Amino acid sequence: MTQDDSSRALKTVPREKAFYFFTSIGNYTGVSADSLKEFIAKINEVNIKSVEFHISRGDFEKWVSDVLQDSELAAEMKRLQRLNLTGNSLRDQLNFALSRRLKRLASQPSTRQFA
Amino acid sequence: MKVKNSMISLDETDLEILRALQKDARETYGSIGKRLGIAHSTVYDRIRRMEEQNVIKGYTVCMDTDKVGARRITAVMTVYADPKEVEKVAEQLVLLPEVLEVYTSVSEELLIIAKVSALSQEELHGFIAEKVAPMIGVTRIRTSIVTKKFKESQFSP
Repeated sequence: MTQDDSSRALKTVPREKAFYFFTSIGNYTGVSADSLKEFIAKINEVNIKSVEFHISRGDFEKWVSDVLQDSELAAEMKRLQRLNLTGNSLRDQLNFALSRRLKRLASQPSTRQFA
Repeated sequence: MKVKNSMISLDETDLEILRALQKDARETYGSIGKRLGIAHSTVYDRIRRMEEQNVIKGYTVCMDTDKVGARRITAVMTVYADPKEVEKVAEQLVLLPEVLEVYTSVSEELLIIAKVSALSQEELHGFIAEKVAPMIGVTRIRTSIVTKKFKESQFSP
């Protein structure tokens, strides 16, 4: 991963590119996230129905890939989608995968600096 | 009956003409005049006046969308918004071609009700997620997809 990849994935995106959490077709919860960090926080607090709705549609994978441009994390979202998890086990797995990725991305510039 | 506001005054003859046009906008002035017992030129003059005053906003076609191959889904969208932003959100919705009608309403809180048309549920969802949810002031959206239409008409004066 390059420093560019890292900064793209850690950026705050404009509101029209943010992730908007829905519980079903057309039903917006009022919760949104405009960065990976905020996305993790919202995954942990939003109605679990919303998390299940989006993971089953592949929306997380698409947003991570298209907006954050993080193909590695997108692949991880795809893997979790295939596991067909629900409820808190889904939330926990997502939280773990996203937090691990954020930690790695956040440490990227300093790693490069001392490499 | 007489309908009056600060700018426009409509008498019973005007209202009868409007009812006739609502039923069949292609009915001739002569036919309307004959039924109402007035000259066709009077009908013409009154229609022109109502067009100029924007009482008659236009003439349109009621089509059977299934028969013309324009099978689309209709949804009723309730948009909850910050009270300070409700007017702005409604004005932005008006500009979107997918939105057919927009109203504001007060129940327990101030909200916007809009009728929306889309080709599919997926397109409807994409439209709401990409165009409506990001609007400043929108706090929540509830959407109901219409499954069957029992009646659709306009108020008759």
